[in-house]
Amino acid sequence: MLLTILSLIIDAVSYGMALFIISIGLSIMMGLMRVVNLAHGAFAMIGGYLASYALVNLGAPYLIAALIAVVGTIIISIPFELLLYRRIYRKSDSLTQLLLTIGVTFFIIGVMNFVFGPTVKPVPLPSWLSGPVDIGFRMVPAHRIFVVICGALTALALWVLFDRTDFGVRLRAAVDDSDMAESLGIRTDVLYLLTFALAVGLAAFGGVVGAELLPIEPYYALRYMVIFLVVVSVGGAGSIAGALAASFLLGLADTTGKYFMPEYGDFFFYAAVIAIVFLFPNGLLGRESG
Amino acid sequence: MSLAPARFGMAFSIPLGSELAALVAVGLLGALGYVVFPDDLAFLTRLISITLLVLSLDLVTGYCGVATLGQAALFGVAAYAAGNACIAGLTNPFLLLLVGMLAGVIAGILSGLLIARFRGLQQLVLSIAFGQLVAALANKLTAWTGGSDGLSGITPAPVFGVFDFDLYGHAAYWLSVGALAVIMAALAAFVRSPFSLTCEAIRDDDLRARMIGLAVYPRLVAMYAVSGAVAGVGGALSAITTGVVGLDSVSFERSAEALVMLVLGGAGHLWGALVGAILFQVFEHYVATSNPYNWLVLVGLMLMAIVIFAPGGLMRGVDLARRRRARRRG
Repeated sequence: MLLTILSLIIDAVSYGMALFIISIGLSIMMGLMRVVNLAHGAFAMIGGYLASYALVNLGAPYLIAALIAVVGTIIISIPFELLLYRRIYRKSDSLTQLLLTIGVTFFIIGVMNFVFGPTVKPVPLPSWLSGPVDIGFRMVPAHRIFVVICGALTALALWVLFDRTDFGVRLRAAVDDSDMAESLGIRTDVLYLLTFALAVGLAAFGGVVGAELLPIEPYYALRYMVIFLVVVSVGGAGSIAGALAASFLLGLADTTGKYFMPEYGDFFFYAAVIAIVFLFPNGLLGRESG
Repeated sequence: MSLAPARFGMAFSIPLGSELAALVAVGLLGALGYVVFPDDLAFLTRLISITLLVLSLDLVTGYCGVATLGQAALFGVAAYAAGNACIAGLTNPFLLLLVGMLAGVIAGILSGLLIARFRGLQQLVLSIAFGQLVAALANKLTAWTGGSDGLSGITPAPVFGVFDFDLYGHAAYWLSVGALAVIMAALAAFVRSPFSLTCEAIRDDDLRARMIGLAVYPRLVAMYAVSGAVAGVGGALSAITTGVVGLDSVSFERSAEALVMLVLGGAGHLWGALVGAILFQVFEHYVATSNPYNWLVLVGLMLMAIVIFAPGGLMRGVDLARRRRARRRG
């Protein structure tokens, strides 16, 4: 029993970390630009497809492939920011945002499948990640540990970025009062573009790293869209610690349900979501949201 | 997005004018469909049940401003309820529609209680969670739903004891047209009621609505009950006319598609919902069969174009033209 619980926790933590890496970008976007970006999972999917292509067709090493995926996804996403997302920052109502971003999602799914074909894309792991690692009481797949390390590094890097750099100061100023920030000479449109690129890059990175847990397939963007949104809503928009807490909590709810009652599928996950939203309407650690 | 005001009936001064217009218009549309697609009645019948789902979505999204991606749950619950009632021996198609309607009302109230409680992101997430919860249950409760195989063996009795649900689908088609016509007429009256007008006030500014003393939450839940009744008839119709209920009737995709149809035609407008649902599905019928992914690209482009160039959907354009004409005349 104790062993089951321990392995459950390991699975939950690695799953939660994968969720965190992808969702934190969405959370940052929602905190600063107030955009409910349903296409966030689609950008993670582009990252997964690019990494798969680099690994399988170009034979690139894993880390290089991940880099190609992140940079490639950011480059692909910039036109979307310039042409579409810009129009819906901060002011428009949630229905407009929902329609536009769900349109982007459908568009990306269709184009990705046109280019890469409608099959599940493997993201093969290198030998140093595919073996098991002995952590004392049981063997753990090395990949799980890698995901956790990536997640922890991401959280740390973001904290440094927001709390210790000039960019972070500007970003926090814009979150608090964008009009004031602009009148003080902060170029908010540039800031938004950079934040968008950061969010998309994180999504792509998470898509690649988490591909073992959330497999890259044609309907990836729709299937997991809900989960990423839920993480942000539960964690509270724009909060790193909130997103971390929410990722673990939801990872735990999902993994527990799948361990003990797999036949119920996502039932417990969504029941937990409803309960948490009602208990913490502004997210676990979120600010007052509009 | 500023949603088009839904004052289609204003032009008429005859009592019950817009209700009669709705009845006649839907009847004519039905006859037109019968003439144009005589070999595709099964498709048209399916189209009508989905149209009812879109109308129900219009009530909460168009008239109340509730952003939901879980509307298919109401449709699916009613379809399963009607299917089970039929298998249990209640085979009168009108009673089955009533069963579906009641089930829809119950599902509507439940989802309204959950979804209308918050706004913005929380609302969206709750609507998705409700939809997925129902989908997970439908997958699990195989005794009632047949799980992933679907619920089959639904054989309702002939309409009025005469018109059988045969392969040609005449009875199924005309039953659906009749149901849609009656519901459109009823809704044409409903959306001009003081109740619906206060719902529109909530949509436009819920804070001010609260300030003038409207009980926002109960009103939204009540609207959800009406919406559930409409979706319920649609679900029951799909169960009766196809004889099967699959997991797709509670799926996320179904909810998302209904939303796309609604905004294509114009949210906050009954005729917008109708036009959007018909155009989208006829278009889909011909394009999507060739390649589902090309279809997704088209839908995506269409959504982006609507948001940027035509917020308010197709009916908004019709409304503006009508107003311009009225101004010239007056």
